[in-house]
Order: sequence, then C-alpha cells, then structure tokens
Amino acid sequence: MRYAMAVDTRKCVGCGDCVVACQTENNVPLGYARDWIVEIVKGSYPNTLKVHFESRRCHHCDDPPCVRVCPTGASHIVEGGIVKVTPEECIGCGACIEACPYEARYFHPDGYVDKCTFCDHRVKNGQDPACVEVCPTHCLIFGDLDDPESPVSKVLKEREYYTLAPDAGTHPNLFFLK
Amino acid sequence: MKEITRRDFIKITSAGLIGAAISKPVFNFIPPFLQKDHTPPLESELTKSPTVCDICFWKCAGWAWKDKKGNIVKLTGNHLDPHSNGRLCPRGTGGLGAYYDTDRLKRPLIRVGKPGSQKFKEATWDEAFDYIVDKMKQIEAKYGREAMALFMHGTTGPHFEYLWEAYGSQTYAEPAIAQCLVSREVGFIATFGQGLGSPEPTDTRNTKCLVLIGNHIGENMHNGHVQEMSAAIDHGATIITVDPRFSTAAAHSKYWLPIKPGTDIALLLAWMHVIIYEDLYDKDYVQKNTYGFDYLKDHVKNFTPEWAATITTLDPNLIRKTAYEMAKAAPAVIIHPGRHTAWYGDDTQRERAIAILNALLGSWGRRGGFYLPEKVDLPKFPHPPFPEPRWSWRTITTDKFKYAIAGVTNVLIDHSLPEYDGPYKIKGWFVVATNLIQSIPDQQKTIRALQNQDLVVVVDILPTEITGYADVILPEATYLERYDLIRNNHHRTPNLALRAPAVEPKYETKPGWWIARELGIRLGLEKYYPWKTIEEVLDWQLRQVGTSLEEMLKVGVKHFDRKTPLYIPDGVNWPFPTNTGKIELYSTDLAAMGYDPMPVYKKHEDPPAGYLRLIYGRVPMHSFGRTINNPYLNELRSENHLWVHPKVAKLMGLENGQEVWLENQDGKVSSFAVKVRITERIRPDSVYLPHGFGQKSKLLHRAYGRGALDNELITKVNLDPITGSTGMRSNFVKILTSKPQKANS
Ligand code: SF4
Ligand code: SF4
Ligand code: SF4
Repeated sequence: MRYAMAVDTRKCVGCGDCVVACQTENNVPLGYARDWIVEIVKGSYPNTLKVHFESRRCHHCDDPPCVRVCPTGASHIVEGGIVKVTPEECIGCGACIEACPYEARYFHPDGYVDKCTFCDHRVKNGQDPACVEVCPTHCLIFGDLDDPESPVSKVLKEREYYTLAPDAGTHPNLFFLK
Repeated sequence: MKEITRRDFIKITSAGLIGAAISKPVFNFIPPFLQKDHTPPLESELTKSPTVCDICFWKCAGWAWKDKKGNIVKLTGNHLDPHSNGRLCPRGTGGLGAYYDTDRLKRPLIRVGKPGSQKFKEATWDEAFDYIVDKMKQIEAKYGREAMALFMHGTTGPHFEYLWEAYGSQTYAEPAIAQCLVSREVGFIATFGQGLGSPEPTDTRNTKCLVLIGNHIGENMHNGHVQEMSAAIDHGATIITVDPRFSTAAAHSKYWLPIKPGTDIALLLAWMHVIIYEDLYDKDYVQKNTYGFDYLKDHVKNFTPEWAATITTLDPNLIRKTAYEMAKAAPAVIIHPGRHTAWYGDDTQRERAIAILNALLGSWGRRGGFYLPEKVDLPKFPHPPFPEPRWSWRTITTDKFKYAIAGVTNVLIDHSLPEYDGPYKIKGWFVVATNLIQSIPDQQKTIRALQNQDLVVVVDILPTEITGYADVILPEATYLERYDLIRNNHHRTPNLALRAPAVEPKYETKPGWWIARELGIRLGLEKYYPWKTIEEVLDWQLRQVGTSLEEMLKVGVKHFDRKTPLYIPDGVNWPFPTNTGKIELYSTDLAAMGYDPMPVYKKHEDPPAGYLRLIYGRVPMHSFGRTINNPYLNELRSENHLWVHPKVAKLMGLENGQEVWLENQDGKVSSFAVKVRITERIRPDSVYLPHGFGQKSKLLHRAYGRGALDNELITKVNLDPITGSTGMRSNFVKILTSKPQKANS
C-alpha cells in the first residue's frame, strides 16, 4: 500500500477549509497549521495572467530526509508509506525541520515536532483524510497508488501533473494536477 | 512569480499566536487529554447532533460532534443536505470558533451615563427587560407603536419580526436586502414573474457555460454554488468572468473580461445585439414564452460590440466570441444573477438585462440553466390575527421606490434623524444581529440617527461597534447553543433541516426565540405565545408534514417529493406569473410605474483625477465583518490588503506590505492603515479592498484595527429609483503614504 494525494489546481479556490478541518480534526493548536495554501500568480494584466492555488502539506516522501536525519527514531514510516512522528520519542532537536525541503513540519508548543499524518486514524477506518473530506471543490483526491482503481491512481493516469522540488530526490507523494 | 510561502503563512499565523498569548483563554478549548496522548478521537468515540450553520445565509446543515466530556470538537456537513452536500465551507468548519470566542457578549448590559457614553453595567435579564418595556411604553404613548423600528438579520430575525407584528409595528427592514439582493429579485420578478430566492436555482452542475458578472464564486463561499462550479469545471464547462479584478473565478475561467467598472449594462446590451441580430437566440422558446421580442430587437439595434467596446474598454471580438460561446451552450447556459447586486443605482436594470439575456438563450426552466425550485409547504404555528399598524415600512418606502419589496434601512434611518419632522417618526431602534454602523454606508448619518433615539436595544453575540451605541445589550446564544425555526429553503427537492442545540448556552446568553418570547409576554402579548418552548412549535409544524422533532433530531435533514416538474416540460405552455403570463422582455410593470421598460445604459461617474475606484469584495474564510474575530478564521486571514496594480505602485513608489491610508472623494479617511499588495490582478484605474476588516470595536481583540474598512469610505450612495437598493460602487479613493491626522492610532 502506498498512500498519495493529488491536488486539482484547476479547481482549488484557496479557501483554507482544508486548513481549518485539519486543525479541528487533529487538534492542531491555534497559531499552527499542518497544511497551508500557496497562491501563485504568473503573467501580467490583462492577457497573460494566470493564477492558481496549491493546498500543501507533508508529501509523505518515499525517501524522506526527515526520517533519515532523526536521531531518536521518532520520525518514522508506517503502513502505507505515511511519515509520522511519535511525540514521546521526539526530543525537539529540529533536525527534521531543517531537512525537509517542503517546510512541512513545525514545532508543537508541547515540545515536539508535528506534521500531517494523512489522518491515518481515519484512513485506517476507511475514511478519507479530514481535508479531503471537507474540500468544497472536491479538489483533493486521496488513495492507494498500488491499487490501480483508487481515485488517485486513476486521476494520475488521466491528467498531467507536477510535483514540488523533484530534484530534491525525496520522491514525494503529493501531486498537483495541471 | 510571487508566492506566499509556508514561512509567510507561519508568520501570519504566529502573529495570530501573539494575540492568542495575550488573550490566553483562546487555548481553553483544546481538550486537555488530547494534549497528553496526542491522538485525535475517532468519530466512533464522539456523539453528534444536528445543526444548521449560521455563519452565513447559505444555512448549511451539518453535525456538531462532541467528546465524552461534552466539548464540541468539530463540525461537519450533513450528507443529506443539498446546501452543503456533506461539506461545510471554511467558515462553517471554523464555526466552533464563534462558540468558543472569549470576546462574546456574556450577560445583559445596561448603559450607565450619557447616551453614547459606551459605559455599561451588568444586569439580570429581568432588569434588562424591565428597562426596555418601560421605554417602549413611553415611546408608544408619545409616538405610537410604529415608532419602534426593528432591524434584523439572519435566523434570529424571524423571532423578532413575529414579535413586532404581534406588537403592532411593521416598521422593519432587513439591511441585507437593500444592501444586497433586492434589485436582483425585482429584476427577475419583472421578467419571469418570480425572484430567485436562496439558494439561487442555477443548475450549475449541469451547465455548459457559466457567465459570472462581478460575481466571485470561490471568494464568496456560497457553498453549494462553489461545489457545483467545481463539478462544471470537471465536465468541461466554459466559464466566462466579467470583473475588473482577476478574481479566483477568473483564474478558473476560459475567458476573463476586465471590464471598466460601471459599464456592465453596455456589455449586456451588446451581447443581446449579437444574439438577436446574428440569429442565435432560442426561437422556439422565445416565440412560445416571451412578450415584447420586437420591442427588444428594435431597442438593441445599435448596441453593437463596437459600440460597447468604446464604453467597456473590452475587445469587440471578445464580446462577440463570448456571445457565441453562450449561444453554443444554450439552453445549458447561466448568465449568473449574482447576489450582492447593489452597485451603481441602476441595478434593477442591470439585473433585468441579465434576466433578458437568459430568456433569449432559453435557459430559464431548462437543464443546465435555471431549474424550477420547490419547497415544503410547512404550515405556520397558528396565532391570533396581528393588529394592523397605522403605518409601516411600506408607507414610507413605496411612494419613492415603487417596486420595493421590503423595507429599506436607509429610509428608516432618514425617518430616525432629528431633522425629520413628518408624521412617520422613528424613536426607538431594536437591532438584531446586524452591525448597522459597519454594514450601512454613510456611517455618520447612521450614528446621528442612533443618537436621536429614545431607546436603542442591540441583540447580538459579539460586542460589535453598534453595541457601543445601545442603551441595552442582550447577549444571544450562538447557533450551536440554540434551536431556531426549521430551515425550509427551496431546492431541487423540497427539504427541511433542523438546528438543535449541541450544548447549553455559555455564560448568561439566551436563544433569540426565548428573548423575543419573554419580551412579548412582558409587553402583554401572551396570546401570541401559547407555547412555552420552541420545541413545541417545531414538533407541531413537523407533524403537519409527516415527520417529527424526534425524527429530525436523528436525521437532521429530510427530503420530500416534488409536486411540480424540475424543468419546463417540452411542449407545455408554461404559465409565467407576470401581467402578460409570459416572460416579459418588455416589462409592463416597469412601464406602468414610469421606469424604463427595457434596460438602458447610462454613464456612471469616472474617478476624479488622482483617485482610483474603490472595489470591495470578499475573502473565502470570512462572512463580512461577522467572523473576523473568530479565532480559527482570524488565523486564516486577520487583516485585508489593498490590491494595487504595479503601474500605480511604481508611480507612487509603493512597496509590497507598505502601510497606507485611504481618503475618499468626500475627504473621509480610513481609521486604520492597510498594507499594500501589488498585483497584476487588478485594473490600474481601481483598487480592491476585501470587506469586513478594520473593525473599530476594541472589545473584538483579534479584529480591532487590523486593516481598513471599505464601508468607512463609502459615503456616496446611489439609490436605485426602482427598489431603493443602495449602490455603493461609485466611491473613489486616494492612497496616502503617510499617516493622516484624522486616522486612529
Ligand atoms: S479546501 Fe479545497 S478548495 Fe479550499 S483551499 Fe483547501 S484544497 Fe483548496
Ligand atoms: S514532505 Fe518533508 S516532512 Fe514530509 S516526508 Fe517529505 S521530507 Fe518528511
Ligand atoms: S456556506 Fe459556509 S458559512 Fe455559509 S452556511 Fe454553509 S458552511 Fe456555513
């Protein structure tokens, strides 16, 4: 099993619902966020202007530098390739925050590093992650890349996409549909 | 390429954090056990109860989830609900912030000291009611019951409207009507015999072409519409956006028409010209269903795309091409009527033009155009007949605005001023869930009217600016703590939704229905309140249509069978409720009232030299000013930015993030600084300011003084002579780079 998410930039409106849903689902303290929105503006007024939004979060990389640099093993990979942190084992050294090319991690005020878990507590029960379930434009698509029938496998077959920082060698599992 | 990075995001959020650290209790609502074991609870460990979101007028049905200790931990959509389809928008998801906000009004307050002194003492509900009833009796004795005016908004409004009718005053207005959608409703009533209501029955998910004119779906999170636009994108619909700003909708569009503000009617007339003179209209539909086609054909004869191009600054070929796109998709095309349509003072005529264009393309009552909505025939709880007031909002409105369908706040304000000495004086204000200082243009006038009242009562959840002018403040419970009337809006299938309290009201707040009933009883109106709790009313109503409160508490939303067709059936002569029984391209109503029977383009003012047109709008994570203080939503966006085109920025030497102030054509200066955002997404002759920020109540700790409030700068209002709609888009601003003396700290 290899979990992945696709973000349809043709539909995302940058509303931030995915951010709030994550905060209330995962009790992310106010002032912090596991996922966030980036607005990208290209071209110029009026003829070549293009704008799109990217809902970003941890890429649950196949080859995650954050796990590699973690001195205690608190950062680890679980079932389905989900990258997680065990708070009790985390000493808060911040090496993983430095190592991650996507700025996906933050210091939790309780003294450990926190990040997106792909809502594995929901996924285990057959539910989508909270951000995917809430998105009013249905632009987040989640599933198992090993299952050719999963929504994410299908959409990656049909549509063109890009990934962020492909040169970093992390093999990210967050895809942006063009 | 300019990105807001995560670091910026964190910066934004950590600014929120500093605020949170000062007002520490914000963190109270993270259930303590979670901070220890860090594992979010599974839904199987939570209980849920039905709610209807009150963060905006879309009224999405959903569920409030509680943990074992009884704390609300999250809100989600109800999958049976056609308003939300199981997904709340960001404001709805963050709605629990409204409940947990520690800035809430907590107990009744009575003013001490001089009127407007903004000094209050805490009171019991009895003391507050006694004060109000005593003053209302004095006003009644001197001026009559009609002199008590009611301004209301949202789902609390109907409880007080009922009280007012029982009391014998129909001096009321819903600011949200004349400020927002009245011209659209009347434009469509004059054409099709019926308005659009809410949610607007646009069949967006089935459309092939969606035309948005100054309507920014995606920034307005009208939930069902946002979702359906997304579905339309999925199946390849063409989106055409007409907007002086490159809105989020424009970003998702095939065509963007960066129109010169104030010239939309010229564009609409040119589109009609192309569609009629190039024979692209739905001949069968037009012939069968419309009245006045020949008049219209003659009327638009000279309105060519070339004519419109000189007015709108748009490319005539683009005008033609987009008309062809609409015709190709017809009848599965929507020229969207929008919602906030109070722009320039000829708004009914612009909406008429939109309605006519839809009629020419045959989209009304057709799949992919407009469906025919239906709602449940839900009986009202029986009550004795209401007394007839000697005068009402109608008396003072419809002589000027002949097609007004509801009270106009500005008219009520005029009758509340000290200089008004006619027979229809207003001497008491009851303000329910609406911050009139912020929502009504020309603030100084509103304040003068407020100061001329013998009694001002404000019912609200937060200490908004208007509460400072009240004699009595009554704290209402949030939607998560109260029942309200059954939601019965029209849709594709008739349906009902229930809002039930998830928790007891916090502090000493009370539900709106309770406040209205208690006041009614103290005013001697017991016979209108034969019930003790609203549950009795709801259960009685629900039983009349074959369900019950018990069932609704389990399901939240219930659907009923349609009795009429969803689209106009082929071959049927559809009766339209107009004078002619047809869709009126030529309006017999408007002609009879002495207005233009067909829309005419009239030139609007251009910005004076050195000024830019002020365009305002919305951000998706806020409902105007109502949510800026919500701890979750404030974190997503705590201040607004002034959008400025790079050319203007260069000319003025502005930098991104620089603080500026604004001064309008009447010399009114913004109270607070606003940061500049230099962007290609705006025309060089305009600036854009998202609405709702720059709150002036110091008691709203997260919202106070963050950004600039567009409403302060809207001192010029163009009233639509047909409806009284308050056009707010003819205001112009200068950018000031140093702090003017008139500004606040
Ligand atoms: S909820 Fe969906 S549409 Fe909104 S910002 Fe997140 S991904 Fe984009
Ligand atoms: S995105 Fe960053 S935190 Fe997530 S797995 Fe990759 S390197 Fe680690
Ligand atoms: S659109 Fe959003 S804020 Fe409005 S009622 Fe629905 S969930 Fe609530």
